[in-house]
Amino acid sequence: MTTETKGRYGKFGGQFVPETIMTALQELETAYEEAQLDPAFSKELDYYLKEFVGRETPLFFAERLTKHAGGAKIYLKREDLNHTGAHKINNSLGQALLALRMGKKKVVAETGAGQHGVATATACALLGLECVVFMGKEDIRRQELNVFRMELLGTKVVSVDKGSGTLKDAVNEALRYWVSNVEDTHYILGSALGPHPFPQIVRDFQRVIGDETRRQIVEHEGRLPNAVVACIGGGSNAIGMFHPFVDDQDVKLYGVEAAGSGISTGKHAAAIAGKQEGVLHGAYMYVLQDDDGFIQEAHSISAGLDYPAVGPEHCHLADIQRVQYDSVTDQQALEAVQLLSRVEGIIPALESAHAVYYAVQLAKEMKEDQLVVICLSGRGDKDMQTVRDALGGQSI
Amino acid sequence: MTKKLVTQAIMQCNEQGNKAFVPYIMAGDGGLQTLKKNILFLQEAGATAIEVGIPFSDPVADGDVIQQAGERALAEGVTLRKIMKELASFKEEVKIPLVIMTYLNPVLSYGLQSIAADCEASGVYGLIIPDLPLEESGLLKDALKDTEVALIQLVSLTSPTERIEAIAKAAEGFIYAVTVNGITGVRSSFTEELEGHLERLKAASSVPVLAGFGISTPEHVRTLGGLADGVIVGSAIVTALHEGDYEKVQTLINASKNQLTNS
Repeated sequence: MTTETKGRYGKFGGQFVPETIMTALQELETAYEEAQLDPAFSKELDYYLKEFVGRETPLFFAERLTKHAGGAKIYLKREDLNHTGAHKINNSLGQALLALRMGKKKVVAETGAGQHGVATATACALLGLECVVFMGKEDIRRQELNVFRMELLGTKVVSVDKGSGTLKDAVNEALRYWVSNVEDTHYILGSALGPHPFPQIVRDFQRVIGDETRRQIVEHEGRLPNAVVACIGGGSNAIGMFHPFVDDQDVKLYGVEAAGSGISTGKHAAAIAGKQEGVLHGAYMYVLQDDDGFIQEAHSISAGLDYPAVGPEHCHLADIQRVQYDSVTDQQALEAVQLLSRVEGIIPALESAHAVYYAVQLAKEMKEDQLVVICLSGRGDKDMQTVRDALGGQSI
Repeated sequence: MTKKLVTQAIMQCNEQGNKAFVPYIMAGDGGLQTLKKNILFLQEAGATAIEVGIPFSDPVADGDVIQQAGERALAEGVTLRKIMKELASFKEEVKIPLVIMTYLNPVLSYGLQSIAADCEASGVYGLIIPDLPLEESGLLKDALKDTEVALIQLVSLTSPTERIEAIAKAAEGFIYAVTVNGITGVRSSFTEELEGHLERLKAASSVPVLAGFGISTPEHVRTLGGLADGVIVGSAIVTALHEGDYEKVQTLINASKNQLTNS
């Protein structure tokens, strides 16, 4: 057997996990390799993506937003139109099918904003899998309705009040649960994070976003875009969007982290901006941590970006400067929610609003014949309470 | 370097007809000043070696008891640096080897070369890092190669035979056999496969095999000690020390004594 290190993206990634799950990771790796070679697997996945999720999603020319910015033409990749309201279902469905293939009858997942939890609960209901989702206490408070949605879908939601009661603590609990139930349970990790082979599997299942975008922009414009913008928490929508463009050096790629109250305040979730390397949840990444190696809490108005690290492949893309990573504050994201709602009739998720804000600034600096694509990863329904509170009251 | 100090301590114990008993304590639970008191008590009570746990913000391999002890220690502001310094301050009084159990990230922050350089001065002759499986252990092994400090690997019930053999071949100090599928913490029973698992492990290994995770009663100590070369007891010791129940600790350690190997 090989005991070489696996799943490296430059110096990032790897498999830093308890011995009890090494075997499960190897089993997953083998099952995934076999599934990739099996045309029946991709046929089944394609079927559900089309008939159940509603793919492909449109690449919409945002004419009034373009006019507002007064620069490059802006296109929106409408992942918000997927069943369950975000890109998360692409991965949940793929991994749920993988779980069935491995003969596992139970699924565990973590969730931050609740989008991955809802997507996984949905895929499990569709395929008849038992599902338990761990969610931070603080996130349960912020995303009450998503908890109810998961329960309605037949999933058991477990509140995590350890640590900061957010996404990282939910991942800790999901990992503990997986270690204890590894024989009949598959862990559907929701972002391009964690030990190998998760970052690769999640990327591959999200790659459909970038593949469609590439084809659609050529249909619309006869050429590739000049810039592609996506928000980054763990980085699953961004890696899926970026990956098919990585070899096109003329396509500039921009990842937008959550600057929370501002990078200088220390209350943010911008791990790449922090440039501190470390190990969390099985992978070597850029991580928010103190001088003693304790992981710090992330801060963002959007629960989905509230994670103190960024997936290993993004760390590598930052390192080799293929993708430019920048950040947008809570306040700026709130502005973008209002802007997109008013000029395009699309209420974006707070996560996606980070990308919208950044792309509008970027488009302003670009020429009118240039093209910007925004990955609109999710819709804003789940955030209405948060946005209303942040805007200070009942009416705007 | 021989990296034999921990191994020898266990073998000597076995030669005297006893099973090794390695208690786990959470350093800084009750304040950093309790560390010396607890280590000297456990040494006096007959521990073969002591596993010194370092608190961490995200202890994914630990159950509730050790998580809570870790949170108490974190609240005291205890860090790996402070613990290493404190251990060095009373090193002369410690006659049994200490083994540090920590997650990887605090070690990375401390620096691989720095920890390798500082261990022996603190009486530390082994490192157990639960999130550093064999595949990823190369860097730290390199850093430790000119020291007496063993990098101790865990083996789990789910490890297939080839993997057990690969780990056993590379083993230093002792092999930490995880006796349950799960995280640390008290359990009432163990699987039937365990006996065969421990036998295979002992056959494949040139260093002693200690059983750990879920061992909490004198009966567990006798049963699992009988199948291995000794036991590691964590949550039960952490709870007893937290409650000041030193008698319970002594009873657990006594259960490992006078166990002639009859296999």
